[in-house]
Amino acid sequence: MKKHWWKVLSGCLLLYTVIIGFLGDVPEMAILNETIRNLYFHVTMWFAMMILLIVSLVNSIKYLGSSELQADVLAEESARVAMLFGILGLLTGMIWAKYTWGAWWVNDVQLNGAAATMLVYAAYFLLRNSMDDEQKRARISAVYSIFAFAMMVVFIIILPRMTDSLHPGKGGNPGFSSYDLDHRLRLVFYPAVIGWTLLGVWMMNLKIRLRKLQHSVDSK
Amino acid sequence: MVQELFYLVAKEFQLEWRQKSVITGILIYVISTVFICYLTFRQVIDIPTWNALFWIIMVFAAVNAVARSFMQENRGVQLYYYTLLNPAMVIISKIIYNTTLLMIVALVNFLFYSLFLGNEVSDTRMFIFGLLLGSACLAATLTLISAVASRANSSPSMMAILSFPILIPMLMTIMRFSKNAIDGIGWVINGNYALVLIALFGMVVTLSYLLFPYLWRD
Repeated sequence: MKKHWWKVLSGCLLLYTVIIGFLGDVPEMAILNETIRNLYFHVTMWFAMMILLIVSLVNSIKYLGSSELQADVLAEESARVAMLFGILGLLTGMIWAKYTWGAWWVNDVQLNGAAATMLVYAAYFLLRNSMDDEQKRARISAVYSIFAFAMMVVFIIILPRMTDSLHPGKGGNPGFSSYDLDHRLRLVFYPAVIGWTLLGVWMMNLKIRLRKLQHSVDSK
Repeated sequence: MVQELFYLVAKEFQLEWRQKSVITGILIYVISTVFICYLTFRQVIDIPTWNALFWIIMVFAAVNAVARSFMQENRGVQLYYYTLLNPAMVIISKIIYNTTLLMIVALVNFLFYSLFLGNEVSDTRMFIFGLLLGSACLAATLTLISAVASRANSSPSMMAILSFPILIPMLMTIMRFSKNAIDGIGWVINGNYALVLIALFGMVVTLSYLLFPYLWRD
């Protein structure tokens, strides 16, 4: 039981996020109204995605340095879970956009960047599937993922700040910290980020264990 | 190291000069695409469309041109290079060669495109600067991707699948820059995009230099 405390913590934090996120008080803003609650889901999922993508990047670099397959497995699985959070973040963002901007999708740097990131990681998985040799697959996909990450960071972090963007926190728009005068949002926001990330780690953990079992069954 | 690089670049150009297969192939590709656009569009007056069509032709030509850079030479010859030379120099030489190639293609593309579909550019000098910088960026990115694609089971579509999503941020910046040049917006505003492109080019070359040595090993 001692080893599993973080799974319980993840469950509690997410339960807290959902309950307080839907029932708690939020700042009353024009246009945003109740949609401000999406901050607890959309933004936190993207935070969890970024954290997992960084885990994937670090493991890719580690693989190139050490040639240990364990690092490659971690890189792949964290990218996979990050992709899931990315898709969920995209969906929650689209719902939010429908109620605040009036359209499911607008032509915006931030949104296009998010879509492009999904495409890049889809290409990454495709590249992995096209090779059979484990070491070769690990090395070549590590090179691709490091390169892709560098290009995507440029897209998501630098470009939206340079051009006009509708997205909050970008292109001169205020981010959530300026609405959050009495820190009510933060009380849910940070626990939610930790909760989603832990949930992602849990999912990774299960996937990796499953792979190990499959590997030992196959090799018999 | 510089001498090594010099010899490798010279080798690339000599091979191309003897065969002239890549450059003629790509030029015919570009010219016939422009001609098809001319037959279907007649004249493009809307500036965003003009710009978009131009860069779409450019990207497809670039992917086709660079895709071959690691497939011409067989595995044995490549292994020979890598044991003899610094592998990082191999990719730098390919980047230099592909950059030159794409710059020529871009200029020819611009020439024929403006001939057939009309020239909407108001600041030609800035547009050509963006064209050259953009082709350098495309060439550098695609060279590394073509190295990755040639190491994977080399189905021809792999190159396109791997490169298109990665090219999006770069392409958006290039198109923004060239759109501003077409509209005649000054360096004060447009200079920032040029700086981003130069930084991107530097980043791609550095990453290629660092990552390529891991690609060829078996």
